[in-house]
Amino acid sequence: MTWPRVVFEPRLVPSPWARRLQPPLALVLGLALGAVVLAVAGLSPLAAYAQMATGAFGSFYALSDTAVKATPILLTALAALVTFRVGLWNIGGEGQLLLGAWAATGVALHVLPPSTPAVLFLPALLVAGALAGALWAGGCGWLRARLGVSEIISTLLLTYVAAQWNAFFVFGPWSEGGFPLTPRFPEAAWLPRLSDAAATWPALSGLTLHLGLALALAAAAFVWVLYERTRWGFRLRVEGDNPRAAVYAGLPLARDLVLVMLLSGALAGLAGAAEVSGVVHRLQDRFSPGYGFSGVIVAWLARLDPWLAVPVAFLFGGLLVGGKEVQPAGIPAMLQGLVLLAIAGTQVLVRVRVRVAWREP
Amino acid sequence: MVASPAAPAVRLRGIVKRFPGVVACDGADLDVLPGEVHALLGENGAGKSTLMNVLAGLYRPDSGEVALGGAPVRLRSPRDAIRRGLGMVHQHFMLVPTLTVAENLALGLEGQGALLHRAALEIAVERLGRDVGLPVDPTARVWQLSVGEQQRVEILKVLHRGARVLLLDEPTAVLAPPEAAQLFDALRRLAAEGRSIVLITHKLDEVAAVADRATVLRRGRTVAAGLAVASTSSEQLSEHMIGRPMGRRLARSAGTPGEAVLEVRGLEVLGDRGALAVRGVDLVVRAGEIYGLAGVSGNGQRELVEALAGLRRPAAGHVRLDGVERTGSPVAEVRAAGLVHVPEDRQAVGVAPRLSVAENLALGGVPAGGWWVSPARLLADASTRAAASGIELPAPATVAGTLSGGNLQRVILARELAASPRLIVAAQPTRGLDVGATEAVHRLLLDQRARGAAVLLVSEDLEELLCLADRVGVLFGGRLVGELAAPELDAGRLGRWMTGAS
Repeated sequence: MTWPRVVFEPRLVPSPWARRLQPPLALVLGLALGAVVLAVAGLSPLAAYAQMATGAFGSFYALSDTAVKATPILLTALAALVTFRVGLWNIGGEGQLLLGAWAATGVALHVLPPSTPAVLFLPALLVAGALAGALWAGGCGWLRARLGVSEIISTLLLTYVAAQWNAFFVFGPWSEGGFPLTPRFPEAAWLPRLSDAAATWPALSGLTLHLGLALALAAAAFVWVLYERTRWGFRLRVEGDNPRAAVYAGLPLARDLVLVMLLSGALAGLAGAAEVSGVVHRLQDRFSPGYGFSGVIVAWLARLDPWLAVPVAFLFGGLLVGGKEVQPAGIPAMLQGLVLLAIAGTQVLVRVRVRVAWREP
Repeated sequence: MVASPAAPAVRLRGIVKRFPGVVACDGADLDVLPGEVHALLGENGAGKSTLMNVLAGLYRPDSGEVALGGAPVRLRSPRDAIRRGLGMVHQHFMLVPTLTVAENLALGLEGQGALLHRAALEIAVERLGRDVGLPVDPTARVWQLSVGEQQRVEILKVLHRGARVLLLDEPTAVLAPPEAAQLFDALRRLAAEGRSIVLITHKLDEVAAVADRATVLRRGRTVAAGLAVASTSSEQLSEHMIGRPMGRRLARSAGTPGEAVLEVRGLEVLGDRGALAVRGVDLVVRAGEIYGLAGVSGNGQRELVEALAGLRRPAAGHVRLDGVERTGSPVAEVRAAGLVHVPEDRQAVGVAPRLSVAENLALGGVPAGGWWVSPARLLADASTRAAASGIELPAPATVAGTLSGGNLQRVILARELAASPRLIVAAQPTRGLDVGATEAVHRLLLDQRARGAAVLLVSEDLEELLCLADRVGVLFGGRLVGELAAPELDAGRLGRWMTGAS
């Protein structure tokens, strides 16, 4: 009598096919697992998914809302991806986003006078946000390069510090009348929206899409050019592929790691600045539903490709928007978690060949 | 000494094990009798470790037979091999540093209850160590032990699991001579009890010291099986290992050494474990000369090379390149000063494996011309570089990680030699290469010598050094223990220096 048995054999060379197919497989697997949970909760998975898809992509308004959510997700995905590609793990994009939002708020409410023209106001506010995020992540990069402190731990834990930092300001010194939010920004500090042009093109009225999306798309292009077409990007690719070869060739590995963390933090900080200036026009406690963490998942699903990150970020933006259409709340977070689990679980397929063998008697 | 009618404890027939691009074992045979110490000899890359990993259940052979005590078996896993009485002591220890010696021995044992009988275990471990002649303190934590003591723990672990056949992969590489002598005593004692010992080594003096019989592998095949050590000379063994008689010379013109390019004075370098690995080395390499640095690996070669290449800060002493002080200078600076480095571990250090050949060629320095680097430009640079170096290179778009050892070395040499270096530090440049690739590397090094470059050639292969080098120094225990110049190069004297005989 023979028994079937699953055998895992390490591959000597990672399979290029498995590497390509793993992200879509993980996505499908995550949604399938989600369907099981929905069914157990007494919902019809198909109906729920259909409702979510309509809610996210079914109309111009829905698409506009989805794009608004996709903007910070794309920027934080780029932030995660630039570090993942050099073998660093900045998973604290959320914290850098929060601090970017804080710095932008500080500039909008307390540094520049409300009469400042928008052409000055917006760049100042965005740069401040990027700078704050850069310093928040750059510190972790420096600790990693100099002292070997794990940037996974430091970036993650500093996220909670950033959240408390913001809470202190919105509950305390910057609070408007005791509510956990700041006063509104002056209008010159608002990123332009499509609906701003409704006076000329009435069709645009009610569309909340703001200039942040253009910034995020430009950032994706920038990251691609940086890695694929510049001398520094070439160096980073070598450092990411084999740090020992980089050191052997005399590349400044430690310095580049810090610089990449600064860049990463700047992208996440920009996401925070664009969010407060483009959507709510004020800093609120817990304004982010975890964009930075979604960004980490998006970076993996996009296989660290900045162009692929764009559609995947839209998908995750849609998950947030469409998820509001179904009850109970929390379904988007559950699906995100399951997709992340599926990514981690299917990663093994790239390095291991799985086959069924018949056990000998 | 050996009971010949007994069935062999281990019998391997026609073992073949392929890895992508490499045949590690190509029909290897091995017979190990009960109660003998059997040396498994061969050059690096001859397939010794692969063959032992087959026996330890880590690799499954693509074909071939394994029989234990006369009965054919299929080893499914390391656990299976342990259950059948095969115990492997790896070069890299597999111990849990924070646990005690006794706790490490308890790990992975089958058939014990849920409770750990610590006191009984400690007594048993202590007694076992004393009986075998490898005493250890069972209550000591492994991280506190010296490397030699950790190795004892590994051996005791294997014995504690009831191994009848011990496989030791170059056990003396990490030991000081007195520790090695103690290990050999213990191995003899274990063999006298009827166990079989397989000792992987490439040191011939160890074979003479401890082994009853020897089997020699070359390029994955058994070329001499079960030679009685007592009636075989070291010369015969090394001829089997190399595959031809010692002493053949490549035709080579007499050199005309010029000015000193590399001067090393009183250099001391720390090893990874914080002990001095290079202890006061003085040497000079001149333009137009190949200086061969001989020695068994682990005698400070790696640390010396890394110190010269800027990868490791020397603890004391001086390094001068063309008369300029470069002690402890960073890599980029010594490279700019004209030093290039052909690394010992070409896969792990020499290339970025997921990048293309063209990109790896550019690793030596993207040619001047702004910050924009397009794939087209890298490809164009790759072909000019290939043409300039005169080296036949694989297609520039090939992913470096898929190249064979010979092609990989061609890429590294083309990259490193493109800059017309003053000094070439080549560490084991032909290790693991086939005959054709080896000759290509030799020709390139001789071309560089003719061009007027200084070459420091680090090699374990005496034959190679006798062919190429104008002078040969021998590194032993971190010291340069002897040096001979071209007309007086003598394999016998160099070989004795390599084993520490004065």
